[in-house]
Amino acid sequence: MERRSLTATIFIHAFALLLAAVIVAPVIWLFVMSISSTADLTAKPLHWWPETVDLSRYTRLLTAVANTEGAAFVAALFNSLRVAGMATIAALLVAIPSAWAVSRTPTVGWSLYAVIATYMLPPVALAVPLYMALAALGLLNTVYGLALVYLTILAPFTTWLLKSGFDSIPREIESAAMMDGARLDQILRLITLPLAAPVMATAALFAFLLAWDEFFYALLFTSDLRAKTLTVAIADLAGGRVSDYGLIATAGVLAALPPVLIGLFMQRALISGLTQGGVKG
Amino acid sequence: MSSSWINTRAWLLMLPLLIVMVAVIGWPLIDTVRLSFTDAKLVGTSGNFVGFDNYLKMLSNSGFQRAFLTTTWFAVISVTAEMVVGVAAALLLNQQFYGRTVLRALMILPWALPTVVNATLWRLIYNPEYGALNAALTQIGLLDAYRSWLGEPGTALAALILADTWKNFPLVALIALAALQAVPRDITSAAMVDGAGAWSRFRFVILPYLAGPLMVALVLRTIEAFKVFDIIWVMTRGGPANSTRTLSILVYQEAFSFQRAGSGASLALMVTLMVTVLAAIYATVIRKTAGAN
Repeated sequence: MERRSLTATIFIHAFALLLAAVIVAPVIWLFVMSISSTADLTAKPLHWWPETVDLSRYTRLLTAVANTEGAAFVAALFNSLRVAGMATIAALLVAIPSAWAVSRTPTVGWSLYAVIATYMLPPVALAVPLYMALAALGLLNTVYGLALVYLTILAPFTTWLLKSGFDSIPREIESAAMMDGARLDQILRLITLPLAAPVMATAALFAFLLAWDEFFYALLFTSDLRAKTLTVAIADLAGGRVSDYGLIATAGVLAALPPVLIGLFMQRALISGLTQGGVKG
Repeated sequence: MSSSWINTRAWLLMLPLLIVMVAVIGWPLIDTVRLSFTDAKLVGTSGNFVGFDNYLKMLSNSGFQRAFLTTTWFAVISVTAEMVVGVAAALLLNQQFYGRTVLRALMILPWALPTVVNATLWRLIYNPEYGALNAALTQIGLLDAYRSWLGEPGTALAALILADTWKNFPLVALIALAALQAVPRDITSAAMVDGAGAWSRFRFVILPYLAGPLMVALVLRTIEAFKVFDIIWVMTRGGPANSTRTLSILVYQEAFSFQRAGSGASLALMVTLMVTVLAAIYATVIRKTAGAN
């Protein structure tokens, strides 16, 4: 490392502190709001730390008593889990064979660019026909209909991610097995897929998070407890006449918890994915 | 194995994906084009063919022109801010200091926060009566009376841009940081020995390494910003007085609030056209970057 003057060192530490504050302060404030009493949150001047810590909102949101915020939140939580889970599994099922095919057959590679291009489409370009089709099929306001629609986002994304994963597994291993007389399904089942397990797990996690965060389609295609997801439930809370700001913050903390934990633990995989995407396209 | 069989096999393996893509993307896109030439309603009448009526009305509509300007303004300002703050943060994170590993890990926080949660959080911060921003600014003495940041047309868009920038600049920072770490140490040292100052080292030695990844981040972020819906819907719903109504919000209102599927579809296709132009730029940039490497 090059030598640095004392002033430069102080400067760098001051800016690092500033950056840390900018990043962390809003997130900590969300948490503080969730454990502050309403009196603390509406005090003037504002109490930056609650006089009494109030955890009751977490119990309120996570207990499903009929016709309470809790019932709505728990229902939304399960809807989000089901929609994201189903969409992720369906996306992987169609993405794995095609990603492998594209990776091993360069002549069909152009089709992958067509698939990735659709990922750039604005959701508004598809929303009206999708709404009409779901209505005609009786799938509006169901978790199945929403999971189906989420394939528009998850299928291209996972195919692209898995293709670069398969690219990094040497073909020679597959050719060697083929020489030894293994059938294609045996090669995939016994050699390629086990080797690709880590990248498939990463793809599944990212796909799950994409579905978990999705808001636009969920807002359009769901209308009550049967299918509303967490993002819609939170937007309802934030936009409604709820005067308990702490409750809104609590819902936010709970919804943010899975992606934030995954983000912190998966940092390495995430950043390499981002930079690869940046370089390779 | 013959190459024709390998090709056939590839297409067979891709068949499930292709069927899904045609069903949920291909067909809806074509149907949006068809609808854009009709006066169809969202529910009920399937509508009559009206030619280019929807497009002509849209282009002369002041609501559309204003939404286009609002979207462009939102995209240009927020993406510029994200790039500048992101690169500055990356340069900082590339230095040695105490707690660097922790700070790098924390950068993931805003990115990992779901957009709706981020929007809700900032809506609470901007709250006119009890919000943290009003409280903080008054307590330091920068503000005399509480303001309604999201309620005044003069400040709403700026407040949205700040919330969006906070969420997205860390992504730019992480991409730039990865690129910075690829800059060989001896080159920067050599430049320093030759007497290059901090600015010329950044401009002539480091920036060429950053340019490729940053261009990609720039174009991808611009496309995302052009499609913006979630953060605006949760924070302002396009208000006050339509001052934050972007194109996607306008499409939502036209097609779903007013149930005018036909003109909603023509608006949606205009957004698609703009995004496609940006995506074409993206493809060119990628090819150039790949060629340079």
